[in-house]
Amino acid sequence: MAAVTVDHISKHYGSTAALRQASFEVDPGELFGLIGPDGAGKTTLFRILTTLLIPDQGQVRVRGYDPVGEYRKLRRLIGYMPGDFSLYGDLTVEENLDFFATIFDTTIEANYHLIRDIYQQIEPFKRRLAKNLSGGMQQKLALSCALIHKPEVLILDEPTTGVDAVSRKEFWDMLLKLKQQGITILVSTPYMDEAGLCDRVALIQQGQLMKMDAPARIIEAFPKKLWIAKADHPYRLLLDLREWSDLAAVYPFGDSMHLTAHSDDLDETRLKQFLRERNHTSVEVARANPTIEDCFMDLMNQ
Amino acid sequence: MITARNMVKKFGHFIANDHLTFQVRKGEIFGFLGANGAGKTTAMRILCGLSAPTSGEISVAGYNVYRQKEKIKRSIGYMSQKFSLYEDLTVRENFRFYGGIYGLPRKRIRERTAYLLEKLNFSHAIDKKIAQIPLGWKQKLAFSIAIIHSPRIVFLDEPTSGVDPITRRQFWEMIYETASREVTVFVTTHYMDEAEYCNRVSIMDQGRIEALDTPARLKEKYQAANMNQVFVQIAR
Repeated sequence: MAAVTVDHISKHYGSTAALRQASFEVDPGELFGLIGPDGAGKTTLFRILTTLLIPDQGQVRVRGYDPVGEYRKLRRLIGYMPGDFSLYGDLTVEENLDFFATIFDTTIEANYHLIRDIYQQIEPFKRRLAKNLSGGMQQKLALSCALIHKPEVLILDEPTTGVDAVSRKEFWDMLLKLKQQGITILVSTPYMDEAGLCDRVALIQQGQLMKMDAPARIIEAFPKKLWIAKADHPYRLLLDLREWSDLAAVYPFGDSMHLTAHSDDLDETRLKQFLRERNHTSVEVARANPTIEDCFMDLMNQ
Repeated sequence: MITARNMVKKFGHFIANDHLTFQVRKGEIFGFLGANGAGKTTAMRILCGLSAPTSGEISVAGYNVYRQKEKIKRSIGYMSQKFSLYEDLTVRENFRFYGGIYGLPRKRIRERTAYLLEKLNFSHAIDKKIAQIPLGWKQKLAFSIAIIHSPRIVFLDEPTSGVDPITRRQFWEMIYETASREVTVFVTTHYMDEAEYCNRVSIMDQGRIEALDTPARLKEKYQAANMNQVFVQIAR
């Protein structure tokens, strides 16, 4: 049985469609990523799964339970870390954790093994008020609070948004450890580079699931050939590449440009020649493999 | 355009900015990077004239941060990471409101609004309420409004956070285009691919600037394939 089943879910806010006919399944023990920008519908979907919002249409099952009719049973089985600050700022670190343990009729001691790796990093500050913690520490406390009742399904809404690259990496290391303990994890993120850390991902935009698969398979299915171009002046390079009529799309990617062509062929020699004529220096043009972000943008343009 | 020499900001015993020394040139895109809590926001508030430093010699657009805060505020634009437009007002009304705050004459506001919206290809939506506009567009509008008074420097605090990948790139094109007109852009981001788009970047850790150079030279120095690897080495 799937850990999570979402079957043709729709949700509107007034005339705005937040989710349109979304369907997917998550297997037990899977780390499933919902990848998309703000406003794509990620939070709406997670709020439906966590019994906090009722869909207009469609069916949902989490661990076999209906989030609408069986919300009481379901709430014991899921851990939820909302995107916004969800702790009590006026309680200490330890009081927050104790509070969440108590409302689920358990104790910190009973499930300490689950949170040990994460909680130990903030335990030296356990008498500090939650509102006085740094962003990274608040995030670790929020994750500890979401885990303290030993949930079977963990739902994390944008845990790494606004978090620096180092803390993001640490957070994903923690998630991979939790996965090893058999917890099913659903996590949403606007950072495309985090997709590669998930078993499977759904790419979501404007309420629609555009694609769902293992990240490597999504990349394999990229329908075009991709090239990169580099030169010393990236902005000028971008503007000049736009004038090359063989190209269908030109996007900056870090220190290079990603190019797709109208046909499957791109005359690299002629393109390099053209760029040199435009006084570009250190010109490079070469074939490259797409990233999830290339795939996402290609799907957005379809 | 910005000069900071031994900039220090203390909160009690806590040193948020520990002798920061850097310069930002006219028309430069300067990436101001660092871990959460490294002191970026504190420094940015000082440079915007919103907070007084504890010590150090600092000037922004030629004005002294201790004595000429009001002049600094008039010379800079600022866009915060949290979306700063008024949802209940239309696009036109937001431009008029912010233009008014900067003391622009009515006629100038109308001209700048028309010019900036045309550049965005968004003139058709001038009478739409902000609440009805998609997020990506709001961020681009917020940037346009931050430069309505033709500032010499614009400060952007995580402007692309959560924005879709296509809009994120359009946003950076606006930055490039703005910098090409000799406006200095001072920008923070957690997207390390965006660090590569800057002319120079500084990386802060625990109140200090640990690295400051062009992305290419930083990658060479830290023997890294990309800025993410540079950042992780410094901020770890």
